[in-house]
Amino acid sequence: MRTDQTRVRVLLAALAALALTLGVAACGSSDDSTTSGSTEGGSAGTIQSNPDNGKVSLTIGSKNFPEQEILGEIYAQALSAAGYKVKSALNLGSETVALKAVKTGQISGYPEYASTALTSFFGLEPEEVPADATEAWEKANEEFEKESLEAFEPTPFASANAVGTTKETAEKYDLKTVSDLEGVSEELSLYGSPECPQRIDCKLGLEELYGLKFKSFTPVDIGLRYTVLEKGQADLSILFTTDPQLSAESDKFVILEDDKEVFPAGNIIFVTEKKVAEEAGPDYEETILEVQEGLDLKVMQELDARVELEKETPKQAATAYLESAGYIGS
Amino acid sequence: MASPALLAAAGEVGGDFFKERTSGTLPCQADGSHLFCFDWAKENIDRYGEPAQQHLEIVVLSVVIGFAIAFALALFAHRSRWAQPPLLAATGVLYTIPSIAFFFLLLPVTGFGRDTAVIVLAAYTLQIIYRNTILGLANVPASVKDAARGMGLTERQILLRVELPLAIPEIIAGLRVAVVSTIAIATLVVFINAGGLGTQMYGSGNLTFPTSIIIAAAIVMAMALAFDLVLLTVQRLTTPWRRVGSA
Amino acid sequence: MSAFPLASFAGAIEFIFSPQTSNVTGGNEVGGFDKSMELVLKHLEVTVLALAIALIVALPLGLYLGHKGRGELFAVGFGNAGRAIPELAVIALVAVLIGVGLKTVAPALAVLGIAPILVNTFVGVRQVDPAAVEAARGMGMSELGIVRKVELPLAIPTVMGGVRSAAIVILATATIAPLAGVETLGDFILNRNVYGENGLLAGAILVAVLALAIEGLLALLQRRLTSDGLKVKTA
Repeated sequence: MRTDQTRVRVLLAALAALALTLGVAACGSSDDSTTSGSTEGGSAGTIQSNPDNGKVSLTIGSKNFPEQEILGEIYAQALSAAGYKVKSALNLGSETVALKAVKTGQISGYPEYASTALTSFFGLEPEEVPADATEAWEKANEEFEKESLEAFEPTPFASANAVGTTKETAEKYDLKTVSDLEGVSEELSLYGSPECPQRIDCKLGLEELYGLKFKSFTPVDIGLRYTVLEKGQADLSILFTTDPQLSAESDKFVILEDDKEVFPAGNIIFVTEKKVAEEAGPDYEETILEVQEGLDLKVMQELDARVELEKETPKQAATAYLESAGYIGS
Repeated sequence: MASPALLAAAGEVGGDFFKERTSGTLPCQADGSHLFCFDWAKENIDRYGEPAQQHLEIVVLSVVIGFAIAFALALFAHRSRWAQPPLLAATGVLYTIPSIAFFFLLLPVTGFGRDTAVIVLAAYTLQIIYRNTILGLANVPASVKDAARGMGLTERQILLRVELPLAIPEIIAGLRVAVVSTIAIATLVVFINAGGLGTQMYGSGNLTFPTSIIIAAAIVMAMALAFDLVLLTVQRLTTPWRRVGSA
Repeated sequence: MSAFPLASFAGAIEFIFSPQTSNVTGGNEVGGFDKSMELVLKHLEVTVLALAIALIVALPLGLYLGHKGRGELFAVGFGNAGRAIPELAVIALVAVLIGVGLKTVAPALAVLGIAPILVNTFVGVRQVDPAAVEAARGMGMSELGIVRKVELPLAIPTVMGGVRSAAIVILATATIAPLAGVETLGDFILNRNVYGENGLLAGAILVAVLALAIEGLLALLQRRLTSDGLKVKTA
């Protein structure tokens, strides 16, 4: 039987635990999440807050992996600094989900890779994707216009899918290019995102354009693409050329050269509805184009590294970029 | 087209923006096989505040709503016996359907977001609270009720002054289970974009980051423990005459 | 809160029974009866496997502890703690620390099921009338015999309650098993990009139906196993 004393002690312990959890909650919530800041004056490149924009509400979306979330955060914070009312809806899903979100008005816009847009949305074959960033953007924009959408001009950096493996596997089977997998791939397991088997710049392309067959395919979350290689479960995994692990852990992972150019590189183009852009005024496009000017390959990889390796939040990485480049005051 | 003036001076990140990273110099958190990175945890504990707060809000809302509905239903079924089997079955169905499926079943109706989360979580608590309330009320000895009737109390007074007080321990036992379960399941609302601590377990690189998963899970379980102990104490304080069994 | 205008229950039902062209280029067909049944079976496979593991671990332990009357704090505490474990954390940790696939996911799911079975078995055995146990001992029954022939049958309703709870939590968590590389009905739900909104709803419907079916089956099993004498008592 519990005595009164024990009962009191139990109650005190419970209240202490409760206080602890509430303390963590309070402690964290004071970490202000609003990013709208009007920057008066400052250097010429700093984003100016335009009071007219305050009437416009925007929702910025992104796809479901860290690089996308960082981009979404960059755009969201920049537009917020420009005076818009901004909400973010990051981590929506893959490209089809994100595009639907734009078309149904769930989000105002999101960053898409020009190559993905051309192959996934508009059915181009990989070899038809222009290597030049501006050409690719123009071609995508042509198609987008038919659906009352538009895409803003591209970022400096580009990213592509890639077939990756561990250094051991590459050495064991003497793999340097994807074509080297011929005759070998039947013994190897491939791990990729769930939509990979249906994308021409993923497994479908490997099967149809490289003529490869794999021992097995296992769908896993994009976030696990390196884990499955490290744990020895995947012989091959679909990676991204901008992944920080490729430079930071180059003694562990390698990507096979895409000698048949099935995996076109794509620059980021911001996709939005025409009427959203019109209602939002000129600052919408201008701010986005301005703030992405600093996103060259080196910067993007650094940002990816901060989130994927150092486990910063996309928000933190985006803020660091915007402040370091002088777009927003710190 | 962007104006040249805006593009002119910005766009170059500071030189110290970049960091050299090689396999040997990677921090603890970069390796997915490191179970817990204390340094990272100390520096980044703030990050869990907002999700924890969202989590708490959703749980409290759901349990309060669920309790209100289940309690009302139980009071009704206590009088109208015929309603007991169908209500037990109905609440049972809502309990059996896995929450994650239930969230998506409601999508065409209420879409993504907190509303769907609260509806589903509240529905999940109905069975245990309803059943325990009915049980608690039913366990009141007939002799006690007869005595009360003999003293001239109306049925309503009997309910308020005799039956409910005696049923409290059972009701609270049910509430305890409901609260603990809801706190755990609320981690899944990340899948319908309703926030919560699940956001620190899935997405944005968390899937390869045991430290974050463990911290978030620890907060969830600490919350559950805290509420459980508080309610347990209330349960014991309101029934000094009875030995409390396991829920 | 956003609208979800592109799905309907009719579309979901259609998805279950006839293949549709995929959202994603490549024009592959997704859905259809074969695929739906394949995933239902896979879902069942994981659930049954995990439940079996949980039973093998928790049932004997609960019987032993309950019979001996020891470890109440452990068993009950474990049960309460088990309810508080977030399933998502279990799946995520298993995926990153141990590996993806059935071999690692099934034991992880089993862990979630051990708590309810352990608690309920323990409590069920403890609640057996001591007089019955004494009588059996007096008749010369071995301790094992007492457990098998007296305590377990009398504890069945409570034990089955634990098994049903375990089944529910395991089946529910199996829905997010695709995060750890195990294909289940959760595929339809989590991979909206491949299966579309109709697939999403179809997955949710199938999981709900499967859960209710399993629950019904276990309820029937419980009735079968409960001896007639008990049936009168536990209405």
